[in-house]
Amino acid sequence: MNAIQMILVVIVAFLAGMEGILDQFQFHQPLVACTLIGLVTGNLTLGVMLGGSLQMIALGWANIGAAVAPDAALASVASAIILVQGGQGQKGIGTAIGIAIPLAVAGLFLTMLVRTISVAIVHIMDKKAEEGNWRAIDLWQYIALALQGLRIAIPAALLLAIPASLVRQGLEAMPQWLNDGMTIGGGMVVAVGYAMVINMMANREVWPFFAIGFCLAAIKELTLIALGGIGLSMALMYLALEGSGKNNGGNGDNSGSGDPLGDILDDY
Amino acid sequence: MAETAKKENKITLTKSDRWKVCWRSTFLQGSWNYERMQNGGFAYSMIPALRKLYPNKDDMKSALKRHLEFFNTHPYLTSPILGVTLALEEDRANGADVDNQTINGVKVGMMGPLAGVGDPVFWYTVRPIIGSLGASLALSGNVLGPILFFVLWNVIRIAFLWYTQEMGYKAGTKITEDASGGLLQKITRGASMMGMFVIGALIERWVSINFKPVVSKVPLSKGAYIDWNAIPSGAQGIHKVLTEWNMGNGLALDKVKETTLQNNLDSLIPGLAALLLTFLCMWLLKKKVSPIVIIIAIFIVGIAGHVVGLF
Repeated sequence: MNAIQMILVVIVAFLAGMEGILDQFQFHQPLVACTLIGLVTGNLTLGVMLGGSLQMIALGWANIGAAVAPDAALASVASAIILVQGGQGQKGIGTAIGIAIPLAVAGLFLTMLVRTISVAIVHIMDKKAEEGNWRAIDLWQYIALALQGLRIAIPAALLLAIPASLVRQGLEAMPQWLNDGMTIGGGMVVAVGYAMVINMMANREVWPFFAIGFCLAAIKELTLIALGGIGLSMALMYLALEGSGKNNGGNGDNSGSGDPLGDILDDY
Repeated sequence: MAETAKKENKITLTKSDRWKVCWRSTFLQGSWNYERMQNGGFAYSMIPALRKLYPNKDDMKSALKRHLEFFNTHPYLTSPILGVTLALEEDRANGADVDNQTINGVKVGMMGPLAGVGDPVFWYTVRPIIGSLGASLALSGNVLGPILFFVLWNVIRIAFLWYTQEMGYKAGTKITEDASGGLLQKITRGASMMGMFVIGALIERWVSINFKPVVSKVPLSKGAYIDWNAIPSGAQGIHKVLTEWNMGNGLALDKVKETTLQNNLDSLIPGLAALLLTFLCMWLLKKKVSPIVIIIAIFIVGIAGHVVGLF
């Protein structure tokens, strides 16, 4: 990796770090972050494949309520750097993911740290508001955001500082059973994200949808888009039928039409 | 309050002002903190509008302070709240009797129910669906996977931010009356249904467990397997074997039929092991086991299981 590539990797890491808190453009999602690191280091295909594998694991990772999810930003960036530096090609994907997971945990502590520092920053904002100084509030908003970027950019730079030969030696010293075992673990660990999603959404009403989805998925001819179409149609049918039942004097359900928001939506 | 602004020179927020606020709301969570959460970002987002509405410095001070109060909701569902707040601030700047309490009351009243809509719709339905679509393409190295994910997500996101903010702005306070029920509730329920459907499918497709232990070995009768001694060598032989094997639908490759534990489980229903693993994870999560602990434990089980020949 030459100096320009390293700088580009750190920039991607910075973007991923900012997005890790903003959650808007999704630069922190493995699919995007790993691809970009693959792109700037000349390993596009490898980055895309790593991103795909890691995305599957990170699908259900979201910070909601008390459940703290591992940090996708650091996991993506670190595993992509290790994969590129290790030079093992596709063979190294399983191992890179295995190493990424503990780093995702480390990322959590860093984000907690920055979120605590931001408490001090909003107190500065309070003072500036007292003076009516909106420019300073803008500035401190950007500073807080930049800290979140550095949270990933600094570890990425440290990883880059480790010579590639050392990464390679370390990876080669790993026995085959450990590599295979990590790949197997990576295939199973996907379940955790899904379990988090289900725990958040499940109620009596939606379980049948889950069961139908699970059973239909065994038909391999149905692509994900096709399955999405079936799921959407069923949800729409369910809600429509429920509404018509009410119009025919069904048991009292207080949802339905006649709401002001619906009228606004119709105007669009 | 805003004595300078009388009816004849009414200050209105133009589309470009509103777009500036919408763009700034992208950075809403930049100063997310444990004390007042998204307060800094909300004030930051409102600044272009506040500057226009309150040229008087004292008005600006109190407006900035007003929007540095506690605020937290789903980052995208902040847009309708910003829209309503813009409408309220505009009325206030034009002399209407809108006090701090009204504005904060509206903000706080909307953030709870709207957060409840955002999580299932965006994090648990749209992102898993678009993400798994992109990831399934990316697994084979197809660069369209990440591009599709990135473009599709951002088109949906930006359209959502802009149109719900406009909706909030035009509806003013009317939107709050609906926030607790009706349409929003329906959208949330519909999204949960579709989300659960897709999650069910994804578990079958993408959670991979392969139990290696052999449960039974049944010797096959002659004629049910390929007689390797009768196969000619060279290309002709390969042709004959492939014809007899017939993509697994014809003769068996070996004399003995091995049934692994995985085969047995899959004959009950494909993906059963993956489903059971997911239920185990759900149970552990409900027992307040940290997801990180579960993830690391699964890796350890995977490695240990592989060493002893289970996987």
